Amino acid sequence: MSLGRTRAVTLEGVRGRVVEVEADIGSGLPKMVLVGLPDTSLNESKDRCRAAVINSGETWPNRRVTVALSPASLPKSGSQYDLAIALAVLAAAGAVPAEPIRDAVLLGELALDGRLRAVPGVLPATLAAAQAGCRRVMVPEVNATEAGVVDGISVVAVRSLSHAVALLRGEEPPDDPPVEPLATTENLSWQGEDRWSGLDFADVRGQPAARRCVEVAAAGGHHLFLEGPPGAGKTMLAERLPGLLPDLEPEASLEVSAVHSIAGVLPADAPLVTRPPFLDPHHTASIAAIVGGGSRIIRPGAMSLAHRGVLFLDEAPEFACHVLEALRQPLERGSICIGRAERSATFPAHFVLVLAANPCPCGLDFGKDARCECTQAAKRRYKDRVSGPVRDRIDIYRKVEPVRRHEVRDELGGVEGTSVVASRVAAARARQQQRYSGTPWRVNGEVPGPALRATWPVHATGAAWLEEHLAAGHISARGADRALRLAWTVADLRGDDRPMLDHVKIAYALRLSEPLPAAWPTDLPLAAEVA
Amino acid sequence: MGSSATAARTALGRYGEDVAARHLVESGMTVLERNWRCDLGEIDIVARRGDVLAVVEVKTRATTNFGSPLEGVTPRKAARLRRLAARWLAEHPVKPAEVRIDVIGVVIPHRGAPQVDHVQAVA
Repeated sequence: MSLGRTRAVTLEGVRGRVVEVEADIGSGLPKMVLVGLPDTSLNESKDRCRAAVINSGETWPNRRVTVALSPASLPKSGSQYDLAIALAVLAAAGAVPAEPIRDAVLLGELALDGRLRAVPGVLPATLAAAQAGCRRVMVPEVNATEAGVVDGISVVAVRSLSHAVALLRGEEPPDDPPVEPLATTENLSWQGEDRWSGLDFADVRGQPAARRCVEVAAAGGHHLFLEGPPGAGKTMLAERLPGLLPDLEPEASLEVSAVHSIAGVLPADAPLVTRPPFLDPHHTASIAAIVGGGSRIIRPGAMSLAHRGVLFLDEAPEFACHVLEALRQPLERGSICIGRAERSATFPAHFVLVLAANPCPCGLDFGKDARCECTQAAKRRYKDRVSGPVRDRIDIYRKVEPVRRHEVRDELGGVEGTSVVASRVAAARARQQQRYSGTPWRVNGEVPGPALRATWPVHATGAAWLEEHLAAGHISARGADRALRLAWTVADLRGDDRPMLDHVKIAYALRLSEPLPAAWPTDLPLAAEVA
Repeated sequence: MGSSATAARTALGRYGEDVAARHLVESGMTVLERNWRCDLGEIDIVARRGDVLAVVEVKTRATTNFGSPLEGVTPRKAARLRRLAARWLAEHPVKPAEVRIDVIGVVIPHRGAPQVDHVQAVA
């Protein structure tokens, strides 16, 4: 037997593709050849594998070793093939039984002493292996919990090459020391993974209208633009939005975890992201940081890391214009396609976008006696930085003013906390899920305008009222569609079966930052009463 | 380096070539020539079995601490062996159907029998 065969996975975006790894030991001077379009990082695998095999007490064949990665035309990159290559060579040499690894998927990077190091992307790779019909996957012990999330495939956790060899031979595994997890996950922990957990909606004083906007955004998955002077509480409001969202459904949780796994930010001890992520990149962030990028290995950016969660761009006009424009595709499609010379990758990017901005460069242009000294031109320039096409994709627009003392005083009874609002959001989301079951959509914010108008029309009085405003040019056609979605969310939050004229009026006010009708929000029934 | 060390190495190489030649004969080949020289260099052994002619390079080592003797044959040396083979054929009236470049690695430990590793058709 001079042929060894096993499998590994290459990742294109979050999609994995099973790669066949074959090793042939042929006549010839000692040499190792790796074919199948490996890049530099993968080519170095030759030297890692050889050293790891020898240092694990095995013999490296003294012949010409050819390792082929197929499909051969697919460019491959990264260090996750090490284990597959080393074991395929050992199987070809007859040092380990060939049969058990033939149909298994092997992942992991080898250290020179044979330890098996963690690699990014184990979760999506395991998913791909399971979908390709593999029954067994062998992964670094550090990544085992991550791989274990996937159903229908048995996960073998391995510490080192000698551990794997012993398992295959049916021997007692050696007592190797545990391997350190990927450094990147450790670096993040200084912020505290639960940085957002101590935030409660009740911390926000005043701002009843803005609070309601955040609630509607959470309930229907609507994008939100908050404009107001410094200190008005825009950031506070945005940071409390993820807390209102329900836990991720199992499928969404896998999607999010897969993206985080590829980015290498998935903590080893908590392999499944169950809460909606919150990302607040700084306004100096590059387009690659927001959108994702890289030449050989394309990594997801903040947009994709915020998938099924919230992307918050504070000081939105300060972001580079092309970064903001790049938001357009994901806002429409829920995914982002990144093309590079050698390959392209598609990442999911379905998030609730929250933009916050000052009213003008100095931030004081609000209220009746504005102290702002910015010129009209400067104000216009500042506003235009968030372009019309991007603004048009925002559902809710709200001007926020600093809290006045009487507003705080009037709230003596206390304001609703996260748990109260979140339960209302959950009930509203449950209604939407029921309504949209059997469709690709989950929340109102995702439903395309034509489908909404055809299948779930609002009451005729509301539609007619909106039509008038459309005819008068108060609202654009796209804006009218967004108002219809908002009307549904308002109805869902109130537990009404179908949006009536009132709901449409509220939606219109949400869309254009007009004062919310007096009847709302105060008489909004609690979700518990609705259910 | 003392001349005694050089002499010892030459002796080791010579002994290794003897071991290799014996190995070839035992495997049914006829040794046509040993240590054939020209301006390109030296061929250690030329052997033949039927239509197959083998140009053999012998590498001998006392230990494998610095790698197997086979690893001593670099791609450059392998290429030179091809040129040497062509030269040998040009100068001899032999017309074999197949010409092969072989490398025989010989490890001669301080104790015990020499170990022979014969790799066929390397270049």
